[in-house]
Amino acid sequence: MPEDILVDIKKDYVLSKLRDNERIDGRKFDEFRKVEIKTGIIEKAEGSALVKLGNTQVLVGIKMQPGEPFPDTPDKGIIIVNAELVPLASPTFEPGPPDEISIELARVVDRGIRESEAVDLSKLCIEAGKNVWMVFVDIHALDDDGNLLDASAIASIAALMNTKVPASRFGLGGDFELPINDVPISVTSLVVGDKFLVDPSRDELSIGNTTLTVTVDRDDNIVAMQKSGDYLLSESLLDQIVEASIRVSRKIRENLLSQVSKC
Amino acid sequence: MSRPDKFIIDGKRLDGRLPDQLRPIKIEVDVLKRADGSCYIEMGKNKVVAAVYGPREAFPRHIQDPSKVVVRYRYNMAPFSVEERKRPGPDRRSIEISKVSKEAFEAVIMKELFPRSVVDIFVEVLQADAGSRTACINAASVALVDAGIPMKGMLTSVAVAKVDGVLVLDPMKEEDNFGEADMPFAFLIRGGKIESVALLQMDGRMTRTEIKEALNLAKKGAMEIYNLQREAIMKQFVEGGEENA
Repeated sequence: MPEDILVDIKKDYVLSKLRDNERIDGRKFDEFRKVEIKTGIIEKAEGSALVKLGNTQVLVGIKMQPGEPFPDTPDKGIIIVNAELVPLASPTFEPGPPDEISIELARVVDRGIRESEAVDLSKLCIEAGKNVWMVFVDIHALDDDGNLLDASAIASIAALMNTKVPASRFGLGGDFELPINDVPISVTSLVVGDKFLVDPSRDELSIGNTTLTVTVDRDDNIVAMQKSGDYLLSESLLDQIVEASIRVSRKIRENLLSQVSKC
Repeated sequence: MSRPDKFIIDGKRLDGRLPDQLRPIKIEVDVLKRADGSCYIEMGKNKVVAAVYGPREAFPRHIQDPSKVVVRYRYNMAPFSVEERKRPGPDRRSIEISKVSKEAFEAVIMKELFPRSVVDIFVEVLQADAGSRTACINAASVALVDAGIPMKGMLTSVAVAKVDGVLVLDPMKEEDNFGEADMPFAFLIRGGKIESVALLQMDGRMTRTEIKEALNLAKKGAMEIYNLQREAIMKQFVEGGEENA
């Protein structure tokens, strides 16, 4: 119950600030929190990245192994994205099988990577129809201070860029770097009336989980979209959010590339 | 199924449709006896049935909300609905579809009228052929009207795909599987006019301009579907009502 009252107080505060066209942490409406990326921190994983988006923290690890291809893509590798919102990350997360929130998160991250063709799956064929590389992207939420989705998407692509295919371990020749073709960036906005707040924090999300996620590839194409939450979206706001997401994604991508290539 | 070389030949799609043409649609209202409201829809080869139960007492009790009704939505595919048998029960795709569809209905149902209650929407896909989530939403929307649940308007859903660089309305299986993009929409239609977007997803590759064009194409298709939904409801309540009187 005290939690409920706190949420109401936060909600009123966020809304009263919004009436003055301000955000509670002083950010601009289209401003992301600070993004910090560390790659290669899990030695046992083929690739990994820890992303801090403000106080939100997500760790992504990549594991790879040979396996049977899908019958409809016999000469292509397989990529599987999974998310676990472990109870350590938030008092509202519970142990157990993935719920609809973690499933949606994993599937939206998956769509961004898949549709931008970020990983060149055609270079992950070992023997057509029999053996291909399987890439497991496991998202581990550590601290949910809002917008786990964008943090997870950034961590996933950063971890993939950090991945070495463990060919020698399976007696399949020398290790090589995972071929990466694109860097998709997801931009989530909280929709409040006729306004939208890019990269909402936990406190801002107290007014409701009414978001629109737009994932953009490096050529400014939209590769994935997801409206989430029980709200109605106007056409004009949709276009404004798409426009802002394209703009913001360029900055985030530049920032990501500057941090990941350094490692 | 293999990838066709071309999706559009002489301006026509593989099944002979024009890019802005819907598949044939059939709507029947009140097809189930036990449910409070129900609807059967065929959209092309999609065959789906929706049932609405409620408003009824929310159970288990801890899900009750003293300020509004709880909406539940279950999208379920029959094992025989697709080429290769689908293992029964919810998979990740069904859970995601159920979530976004539920949220779309939450945005249009007058929830404050039924505190502590639940409205259950169950949709069963008997046969799937691309766009089953849109067919399910259209069926659920009519079933809600049939159950007498107050709403801000009708929800009408349709998808737009991109094939050979052309936007096409209500994609069929080949266009969905091998196309360049797929974008399902659901609109709130009130007083015969499209008011806002209640459901929106996209995967593929589209420019900002194409997204605007896709939205306009979807709106055109949605208005056609809305008229059919309306016709089916009117037939049920006006003609049926007279017969019964």
